[in-house]
Amino acid sequence: MTWQRICELDLLPPECGVPALVHDRPVAVFRTGDDELFAVGNVDPFCGAGVISRGIVGDRGGEPTVASPMLKQVFSLRTGQCLDDPAARLPVYRVRRGAGDVVEVALP
Amino acid sequence: MTRTLIVVGHGMVGHRLVETLRDRDTAGAWRIVVLGEEPRPAYDRVALSSYLDGKSAEDLSLTSHELLDDPLVELRLGTAVTGVDRTARTVSTSDGDVLGYDALVLATGSRPFVPPVPGHDLDGCFVYRTIEDLDAIRAAAAEGAPGVVIGGGLLGLEAANALRLLGMRAHVVEMAPRLMPLQVDEGGGQVLGRLVGDLGLTVHCGAATKAIEGDGRVRGVALADGTVIDTELVVFSAGVRPRDELAEVAGLERAERGGILVDEFCRTSDENIWAIGECAAVQGRCYGLVAPGYSMAEGVAEQLLEQGGGAFPGADLSTKLKLLGVDVASFGDAHGQTEGALEVVYANNAAGTYAKLVLSDDARVLLGGVLVGDASAYSVLRPLVDRELPAPPEQLLLPAGSGVDAGALPADATVCSCNNVSKQDITTAIGEQGLTDVPGIKACTKAGTSCGSCVPMLKNLLGECGVATSKALCEHFPQSRSELFEIVRATGIGSFSELIGRHGSGRGCDICKPAVASILASLGHGHILDGEQAGLQDTNDRFLANMQRNGTYSVVPRVPGGEITPDKLIVLGEVAKEFGLYTKITGGQRIDLFGARVEQLPLIWRRLVDAGFESGHAYGKALRTVKSCVGNDWCRYGVQDSVSMAIRLELRYRGLRAPHKIKAGVSGCARECAEARGKDFGVIATDKGWNLYVGGNGGFTPRHAELLAADLDDERLIRLIDRFLMFYVRTADRLQRTSAWLESLDGGLEHLREVVVEDSLGIAEELEAAMQRHVDNYSDEWAGVLADPAKLARFVSFVNAPEAPDPTIRFVHERGQIRPGPVALPMPAVATQEVSR
Ligand code: SRM
Ligand SMILES: Cc1cc2nc3c(=O)[nH]c(=O)nc-3n(C[C@H](O)[C@H](O)[C@H](O)COP(=O)(O)OP(=O)(O)OC[C@H]3O[C@@H](n4cnc5c(N)ncnc54)[C@H](O)[C@@H]3O)c2cc1C
Ligand code: SF4
Ligand code: FES
Repeated sequence: MTWQRICELDLLPPECGVPALVHDRPVAVFRTGDDELFAVGNVDPFCGAGVISRGIVGDRGGEPTVASPMLKQVFSLRTGQCLDDPAARLPVYRVRRGAGDVVEVALP
Repeated sequence: MTRTLIVVGHGMVGHRLVETLRDRDTAGAWRIVVLGEEPRPAYDRVALSSYLDGKSAEDLSLTSHELLDDPLVELRLGTAVTGVDRTARTVSTSDGDVLGYDALVLATGSRPFVPPVPGHDLDGCFVYRTIEDLDAIRAAAAEGAPGVVIGGGLLGLEAANALRLLGMRAHVVEMAPRLMPLQVDEGGGQVLGRLVGDLGLTVHCGAATKAIEGDGRVRGVALADGTVIDTELVVFSAGVRPRDELAEVAGLERAERGGILVDEFCRTSDENIWAIGECAAVQGRCYGLVAPGYSMAEGVAEQLLEQGGGAFPGADLSTKLKLLGVDVASFGDAHGQTEGALEVVYANNAAGTYAKLVLSDDARVLLGGVLVGDASAYSVLRPLVDRELPAPPEQLLLPAGSGVDAGALPADATVCSCNNVSKQDITTAIGEQGLTDVPGIKACTKAGTSCGSCVPMLKNLLGECGVATSKALCEHFPQSRSELFEIVRATGIGSFSELIGRHGSGRGCDICKPAVASILASLGHGHILDGEQAGLQDTNDRFLANMQRNGTYSVVPRVPGGEITPDKLIVLGEVAKEFGLYTKITGGQRIDLFGARVEQLPLIWRRLVDAGFESGHAYGKALRTVKSCVGNDWCRYGVQDSVSMAIRLELRYRGLRAPHKIKAGVSGCARECAEARGKDFGVIATDKGWNLYVGGNGGFTPRHAELLAADLDDERLIRLIDRFLMFYVRTADRLQRTSAWLESLDGGLEHLREVVVEDSLGIAEELEAAMQRHVDNYSDEWAGVLADPAKLARFVSFVNAPEAPDPTIRFVHERGQIRPGPVALPMPAVATQEVSR
């Protein structure tokens, strides 16, 4: 497993997401208000568009979430599970804050 | 030991049986094999017409993933049952299989009746029952051409509407002297006929079809009186006949007028075989509605589980429909056939409404009724059938909620007739399960999940049970939007995190974040993409453009009043060409450029801003357009300069953030070519000045704006609009347009007039000052982005590969322009969700 550099932490403000391309795979990387990082697939399973990183970050009953900007289904950032529809799920990737305050993602 | 149930037909009723049985058969006593002739699992046939109105086959599906994955359910589609061997207890199928059963349920529905007139089988003749039928009609429909529906009953009118949705000029031919002869009476039929005629349908009542003319293909419909309607498309909708052919094959008894004869337990003459739904003739009688079928299915499930009961309780044949946007309801003894029945009729020809109540001979008990044009009283009246009237009849006809409240209903009154749920079932569920909203009631009791007409009553019952319908914005804020607005205004809190920290809980979500962002923006807290605000914005505000279905964006520059110079038009054309964008004239008098990738947006706007364009806020809950007509500059009827006024208003209110979008119009005379009365605020010229109308819109629930003040001069007009808009921005709910807001205001238009025109609250000056601050602080949002490298940095396809195009975006070409292509990546299966009404 290799960690790939995504961007400097400054480019990823709290409660926001950014889109990244990791080994040709579209990944959405998020930073929550309490400074936790999450990475999930960027492609919305309901419409096939690469838009998840543009969704609104929030929580549902404490679970950190992102709402797809397209048709507003909410996904858990922790597990990728869609909380509005058990049939849909986003892939989840490992993400960390690397040396020099850089955001890094690893694909399995 | 597990026994095998075979269900023939996977329609609405067969499906309800499978669902109910799987729900209640916790021990797994039955394995179910469903054999369905249609190529797809059960779908909502009642809502079939919406398939032509934007719904997909998946949207209509009734079948959940859970059921498809259930190991005790086997679903074989595209398979018809052709034979039944009662001695061997087997059925044989169209694909040659023979399957054994312990119990057999026939749920084969009915088939459309096609009258045997000459030519009925020509090419171009259709029926209206399945999704495949609709596909065939769609393929044959030609826009602008006439289409004929034979039959003016409920289904006939649905079919006529379908033709209309396909752009055809629909004719309806009905043999009876009025439309919907089974449901409505003479007077109701007349009002209905007029309303339907207003919609552009041609109605031929009292007309018999003599023949369908043509030579291989339909060319026309010949009526008995000699008229010939030229058409190449005919839809038969002249009633249905039960599909009872398996009774014949199996040697089961049939009813005199068709249908598989069953007893009150839906059992045929063979004790292992039942029939339910439209194919069943319960004690000789067939029912053409879904609700009786559902109660048959539930009864049979009970019998299979030996739970006792299960007799068919008889059916309530009440119906409420919205046909072509016209409400029609009939309930109880609609035709006044009870001995000595009295009728009370209220007709308002101007408004196009008709109501008839049928009362007992002493005028104390409600027996039934007919409502046309406005059926909002239906949810109150239907449960009162056969009961003593709780109020004078005219009061009962007022819209639901205002006339009689739920308290007037006896506990055992049926509130949801589709699913046979009584008031008591619902209040008990509310109490025991702690339900707080309509979706909760739906999930728990099934009430409200079919036709939806009882939903107003469900809300009413929540109120009666003491559940205040929550005004909380979402799980993070207990306040309503207008309360939050006042908090922000009074405390001067300037950020979401401070507001949620002090007045809310948790971290927020896609409901409260944009709502608070809009409040902050209305109160003038800087550029909407500044700092923390960037993360709060709703989809379209985040990139100051409208997201399209493939993740690209559209670009809509402001064209104030719809006036544009040739030079600016050329710039739009050049930009569109350079970036390969799809162009379209919008419904708002401006031009939309579609298909921009996120990383292209700044480049496109650089060009537009340099050429003097600015943001059109097509993406924002903000002022959209002020539509204008050409006015007295050119038009020979114009009495004021509507274009100048529209431009002045558009420039004044551009960028104003609001609870919902705001649209306006200015017409130069009463001919109203700018459709100002269809807008949130509309201005119509008079020879003395301007009339100001407020609270109109198109959209989901169209409503005409109402006159707020007349014959205003320019300055007074603007002052009143300032006050009106600011009052709305302050007090409306999230996503509440001016029309809904006005309706919810205590005292309605009269109150609004007192506040805005007469200044009864003494806040007019403050409202005007707030608007003046907005006008003074306005700056173009797109110019703001272009001037700020930090904001520009967000417009990339990928942060770590800013030049790499997003691989999910594909285009194909159509009519010389691009449009989104098929999705490029494999997608997981997604269950369809039930949309709550
Ligand atoms: C482009 C346009 C259709 C067109 O090709 O003509 C359009 C397109 C959209 N409309 Fe519209 N509407 C457009 C004119 C209208 C009109 C006609 C008009 O303005 O005269 C109406 C009915 C009039 C009205 O609003 O009162 C209209 C009623 C709606 C509604 C229903 C609003 C309602 O209150 O019921 C929505 C949904 C919403 O806002 O929640 C909507 C939402 C949308 C959205 C924003 C849906 C979305 O969120 O993506 C569409 C995005 C467009 C885009 O990407 O630019 N659009 N929309 C029109 C843009 C006008 C403009 O220049 O800004
Ligand atoms: C356009 C339209 C609008 C309607 N609107 C309303 C409304 O507003 N309110 C209302 O109450 N009702 C309405 N109805 C009627 C309602 O749809 C029916 O009452 C309901 O679908 C009956 O359910 P069912 O299961 O008995 O029959 P169906 O839903 O017709 O299902 C029967 C199924 O059995 C299959 N089948 C038949 N024979 C065999 C065989 N030998 N082997 C295998 N499969 C077989 C058929 O292909 C079909 O799929 C409407 C109907 C239509 C067409
Ligand atoms: S442009 Fe308007 S009417 Fe057309 S699909 Fe979009 S929202 Fe619906
Ligand atoms: S009455 Fe039709 S859903 Fe309740």
